[in-house]
Amino acid sequence: MTSVDPVPPVAPAREPHHFWRLFAIWGVLSAAADPLFYFLVGPHLPPGDMGSAGAGDQFDSNVLFVIAIPVVFAIVIYLLYAVIVWRSRPGVPEPVAGPSSHGNIAIQFAWIGITTVIVMGLFLFGTIELVTGGGSGGGEGSVAIWTLKSPSPLVVQVIAQQWKFSYRYPSLGGFETDALMLPDDTTVVFHVTSLDVIHDFWAYQLGVKADASPDYDNIAYTRTQQTGSFSVRCDELCGVWHGAMFDTGYVVSKTAFQTWATTTEAKLASATKLLPQFSWTYTPDANGADGGYYPDSQDGYSKVEVYGAQPVNLKSGENKG
Amino acid sequence: MAIDIEAKIDVGEPVPPVPANQRRPRRPGWLGQHLGTAIVLGVAGYLLGHFVGNTIASGYANVAGASGENDVAVVLGFVFGLVGWYLGIGALNYPLAKLIGRDASAHVHDELWDAAGWTKYFRYSLNHKVVGQQYVVGVLMFFFTAGLLAMGIRGQLLTPTGRLMGPGTYIAVVSEHGTMMMMMATSVVVGPLGNWLVPLMIGARRMAFPRVEAFSFWSFIAGYVIILGALPLGGFPTGWTGYAPLQTQATVGMDAYLMAFAVVGIGMISAGFNIAVTIIHYRAPGMTWGRLPIFCWSMIATSALLTLATPVLVMAGLFGLLDRTAQTAFFVNEHGGSSFLWENLFWFFGHPEVYIMALPGFGIVGEILPVFTRKPLFAYRVGAAGMVGVALLSFFVWQHHLFNSGINPDMRPLFMLTTELISIPTGFIFLVGLGTLWKAKIRMEVPMLFALALFFNFLIGGVTGVFLSDVPVDVTVHGSFFVMAHFHYTIMGGLIFAFFGGLYYWLPKITGYTLNKRLGQIHFWLMFVFFNFTFFPLFIVGLLGMPRRVFEYAARLQGLNAFSSVSAFVLGSSFLFFIANFVWSIFLDPKRAPANPWDSLGLEWQTPTPVPPYNFERIPVILSDPYHYGEEEASRVADLSGSLVLVAGAGEGT
Repeated sequence: MTSVDPVPPVAPAREPHHFWRLFAIWGVLSAAADPLFYFLVGPHLPPGDMGSAGAGDQFDSNVLFVIAIPVVFAIVIYLLYAVIVWRSRPGVPEPVAGPSSHGNIAIQFAWIGITTVIVMGLFLFGTIELVTGGGSGGGEGSVAIWTLKSPSPLVVQVIAQQWKFSYRYPSLGGFETDALMLPDDTTVVFHVTSLDVIHDFWAYQLGVKADASPDYDNIAYTRTQQTGSFSVRCDELCGVWHGAMFDTGYVVSKTAFQTWATTTEAKLASATKLLPQFSWTYTPDANGADGGYYPDSQDGYSKVEVYGAQPVNLKSGENKG
Repeated sequence: MAIDIEAKIDVGEPVPPVPANQRRPRRPGWLGQHLGTAIVLGVAGYLLGHFVGNTIASGYANVAGASGENDVAVVLGFVFGLVGWYLGIGALNYPLAKLIGRDASAHVHDELWDAAGWTKYFRYSLNHKVVGQQYVVGVLMFFFTAGLLAMGIRGQLLTPTGRLMGPGTYIAVVSEHGTMMMMMATSVVVGPLGNWLVPLMIGARRMAFPRVEAFSFWSFIAGYVIILGALPLGGFPTGWTGYAPLQTQATVGMDAYLMAFAVVGIGMISAGFNIAVTIIHYRAPGMTWGRLPIFCWSMIATSALLTLATPVLVMAGLFGLLDRTAQTAFFVNEHGGSSFLWENLFWFFGHPEVYIMALPGFGIVGEILPVFTRKPLFAYRVGAAGMVGVALLSFFVWQHHLFNSGINPDMRPLFMLTTELISIPTGFIFLVGLGTLWKAKIRMEVPMLFALALFFNFLIGGVTGVFLSDVPVDVTVHGSFFVMAHFHYTIMGGLIFAFFGGLYYWLPKITGYTLNKRLGQIHFWLMFVFFNFTFFPLFIVGLLGMPRRVFEYAARLQGLNAFSSVSAFVLGSSFLFFIANFVWSIFLDPKRAPANPWDSLGLEWQTPTPVPPYNFERIPVILSDPYHYGEEEASRVADLSGSLVLVAGAGEGT
């Protein structure tokens, strides 16, 4: 049993009003920190605004930080205040429990109410951003629900394998390169797939991240907004050389892209003929020991047509048995 | 005084005497069954299984692995070794005796109550306090082994192109560290403190299923051996998540991962339902749900998760083993399986698992705070509801790990909602903690320091969790060092801080010796400061685009990474102060601890130190919850003499 002090609970002459004190400290600090963060740090938050999805992520992060800062301040200021003010010192009597020290109904309801409001607000904000942002650059599966509407998007197929990315441009003759080139001011649709294990295509500055799963076509949208280079990393552990699976992509002007595409298509024409027919996914050839791949999808062309891009014109020399 | 006394066996009864036919001298140490025989039989079993496996394996299995090992041999080696281990430690004595019709209960009394001698720590002991102490050493062993691997990881990441390890070794070390820590963290509180404290807190003499309890501990240790065995087998490259096509592709180290998770998982299920049944059925009279210590609430919520979530992992692991040995195709896309199946099964376990690693920490700080603030626990019911709420909701959030995977993209808002909803019951815990601190008299003892640190760390971990749950932001931070820093803040900053706080709080009771306060303070401050120095920069590193589990990184991130690495080494060495404290205070300069050094009202502190093997002379009658600090008319927490029962019984009789 604890020694219940028989001393009557004589309150100190003037107990400061802790709540308003705390509220004032918190209010001043939060009111100062939030605008500073929003206007000074916010515009520089990762991943930058090279792509529309990245810009959306950046705005979202900024808003979340503005909500998080007062929450963190509230708890940390309270903890520090409690430790400093209510610390046990010699001569301080044991606290005397009143009925409210077991739980104050008003405080409990207020706490639950405030957290619920914040959470529901966050949920609505996140959902609106996700839907209006065309999926926010995240992988949306084979049938994208939220898209960036554009009359002529550029379709790029990202093929991941241990341990590199290669890119296929179905509307440009279906050539496959190691270089990721994108035109500026264009809606880009990434179709991400894998030939072996699960990888993840992360175009950092564009704000695009989509898992590359074998036998699966994962679609992600973004719209390029600036020229420059961006880093592409594998973001899902894919084996020993996962850490070395990265390269650099470029957003270039539309004319530069056109020039690059034309020359590359011509340069790679002989190699393109040897590639498996363009398809949204490729499956290892289970019958051949040569490690070949055959195209998987039966409706490979239809999606290209949906995007309004030029259909791939390849010989129908299938290697599918 | 209204006491609801149910008819309970043993209530008010003194400890039963030892029946003469059950009293027997213990066999000399080397003749009985103990850790030594378990190791011998385990190794023999492994070798036998390996031989059998090599004999029956197909020619394909023999050439498929690049390592010269084949999966069938390794898996059978583990299975046979496990049987040998259980036989050697004596886990199978009782079922086998039953099977051949022997009187299996002959020595139960001995194993339950006999606490003499140090050899009991190496045996299949049925005493819950012995198992708890075994677990303390077991989880610390697990924790420090995996911690050393973490030092290796941070060593590699000191420089952008670290040369400490090759990529193969590095990924094996990362995977081993993650998997061991996850296994350890599931049991870190449930095992040592749960087993040791729950019967004492609810006024019972033992756990509901003492054999199952011992089984869970020896499974845990078997899991330790098996997962450590992955390293000599070449390691596994998948991280702790073990994603499927890579899992199927990996060499034999992967078998150790799958097998170890299955074994540890079975141990977790056993520990979970044992604790749940104990709390439900073994509460002393008067221990109503409204008086149950908050730690027991956290234990029962955790037990529910352990019992319901872990079977999914065990079965998924079995599918993986079949894929690798019997050429089934559960996770093989080109043969009709699906790599998404593993992702979903794994995270359906994996997310409740995350709360298995959070709730016990909340329970511990809930016990520590009232004692060191001298105030009742604020909003006890809200706290208990928060734990149950977290446990329930945790089953409905798993797809937030798969936001970018492309599966069920239309489910993303729903899982964003459920994930963010979890912060409401988690907020209840903060309400309890902060409310208890209000106008308190805070004694800054070592356990209290750890408890306060949990609130700071978990705040950072929780708030960053909201960033991860927001789908647009998750596109940037998913799979980056941001996630890694986030879950280290919740698991290490939350659970591990609470665990060490709990150790400093309860070790004087468990061991009977006082720990050195000065060394404890040094340990705390080093651990707290350098924990934050280690992991806070990693949030920024993640935001700047560094993926997890990479062995090299962009040169511009070197400053932050090096700072984190150096801090990590100091963080690692802070545990030396704990070890030094432990060894110094218990073996070198032992000082007997008083029975109730913190002046706590908890039932476990009302027993003498050291606690008798049977806990309570008579089963106590509980009179109130143990948080009535600072109340003028505070009633006694419990009646330990049994006199109340006799009086009440007499009253009923007339």
